[in-house]
Amino acid sequence: MKCELINKFTVMAKSMRLNALKMALNAGNIGAHLGGGFSCIEIFAVMYGGIMNFNISDPMWDERDRFLVSKAHCVLAYYTALYEVGFISLEELETFESNGSFLAGHPMRNLKYGIEYSGGSLGLALSVGVGMAWDAKQKKRKNRVFVLLGDGECDEGSNWEAFMSASQFCLDNLIVIIDKNNLQYDGLTSEIMNLGNLSQKLMSFGWEVFEVNGHNVQAIYEILTLPIQGSKPRVIIADTIKGKGVSFMEGNREWHHKTLNQVQFETAISEIEREIIE
Amino acid sequence: MTNLTSANIRAWSRLGQMGTFFGVALLEIAKSRDSVKVLTADLAFLSGLNRFKTSYPDRFINVGIAEQNMIGIAAGLAMEGNCVFTTTYATFITMRSFEQIRHNLGYHNLNVKVIGSSAGLAMGMSGNTHYAIEDLSLIRTIPNLIVLSPADSVEAYMTALAAAESDLPIYIRLTGGLNCPIVYNESYDFSIGKSIMLREGGDVTIIASGTMVYVSLEAAKLLESYGISAAVINMHTIKPIDKEAIEIACKRSQLIVTVEEHNVVGGLGAAVSEYKSTLKNTPIQLFIGIPDTFCKPGDYKYLLDYYELSPNSIAQKIKKTMKQ
Repeated sequence: MKCELINKFTVMAKSMRLNALKMALNAGNIGAHLGGGFSCIEIFAVMYGGIMNFNISDPMWDERDRFLVSKAHCVLAYYTALYEVGFISLEELETFESNGSFLAGHPMRNLKYGIEYSGGSLGLALSVGVGMAWDAKQKKRKNRVFVLLGDGECDEGSNWEAFMSASQFCLDNLIVIIDKNNLQYDGLTSEIMNLGNLSQKLMSFGWEVFEVNGHNVQAIYEILTLPIQGSKPRVIIADTIKGKGVSFMEGNREWHHKTLNQVQFETAISEIEREIIE
Repeated sequence: MTNLTSANIRAWSRLGQMGTFFGVALLEIAKSRDSVKVLTADLAFLSGLNRFKTSYPDRFINVGIAEQNMIGIAAGLAMEGNCVFTTTYATFITMRSFEQIRHNLGYHNLNVKVIGSSAGLAMGMSGNTHYAIEDLSLIRTIPNLIVLSPADSVEAYMTALAAAESDLPIYIRLTGGLNCPIVYNESYDFSIGKSIMLREGGDVTIIASGTMVYVSLEAAKLLESYGISAAVINMHTIKPIDKEAIEIACKRSQLIVTVEEHNVVGGLGAAVSEYKSTLKNTPIQLFIGIPDTFCKPGDYKYLLDYYELSPNSIAQKIKKTMKQ
């Protein structure tokens, strides 16, 4: 069973990368956020493939797990995951970044398509997650609230107000995943604005902290399925590589947001086709 | 709804708009509505929220001194079906958390009420950091937001009830301090977007909001003694502005005057003129408010006098303009 799940995540991640490349190519000169999308493909594959409780035929289901995508520029991972599980059709996916499409460069709240929160401006979603988790506890609902942050995004002070309050309110139903790809727009996070020992910082804010290889689907899955114990909110620092899976994008600042040309597209596709990421 | 006896009205006036809103109206609203939640940023005591906190501890959140987080949490609660009231000083709630209001509340069109207390110059000696004189300009630029400014404590109570009835994002600007002058002596019909003609007059129409409504009524009395007949409109809803009332005022008057305890840039005067300027053959408009400046610190009364927001200063300005 477990082996099947792991295999499912791996297949899903590969399919998501292939679709993401097509979307980026079709976006033409508009370009797309490739780096930060590819760093969290495995996270999305595990979340939608095996962690989250949702119901495609009842997207407003009260007990659904909430997932707030705070690093909202990761739509290449987000939309392709929503396609994999059936929230979005292939035809809809192909409208990505075309005029009037609901699939813009940053997501817009639309529960019908499984999109819980409009994003684009960093540092705004975690507080919203705190409110949702607070409400779930009050109403004794069993759903969890997940929030995906970027490490660069942790520069925003508003996140730290929210971190502080989640532990104050004992929100053990709130789970944050930090896609720590070590790059922000202008360069290395360690050089632009060093987060220092992120794990210790978060522990001192009263969170239960886990660290994981963010491209190892099995490891991500195991951490996300650990039973809740105590009353602390939980944060998973996922160590990732920006642009993961495409050699010329990996760890390269320039691919934060960029136009993908035909030659690059074909090279990238062949690399993804060949490689099965662990 | 509480009976508006004259004893109640006097008591509420002593409490001021803020005390009436949080100490009376919200308690009453919460009684019949479980979905009502109240959030504050370390201003529970001062806002008069103690009774609410004691009565409904599981519906009250104090986020500490973190206005941005407060608006975000409110958004999360509203997405889950709650009707959320958030509050701190108007200056902090509108400016520190402006983007949270724009993005989380406006863009998502959520059922959150943003209550800015001690707006205008009421914070007196605390100085400019505590004066909210740009809040109307800021908030009314955000799509989906409704903007209200009650004239007195009774109307503060009415805005609270109206806000709870609505599922839209609403900013409510509470002006004045304790002992808020009484405009309404009895119950009346309050509805969002529908201004109230408090005094008829043929020469001038004064359009005011917040504490300036009472001051304008006093100014109108002085004008009468100078032989100038002034109408006074309580424009309690700044957005959406009451267009019909502006049209009628323009037809009936030789001069339109807007009076606000706010910067003259972008506030009530601007909201009136944005519509008025689309109409043909309208009278000129006199903007009375705080000139585009940071203010001299002083007590509330000193500030109102210094910035010519007293009945006498207003009447003199109108008289002078009428003679030109």
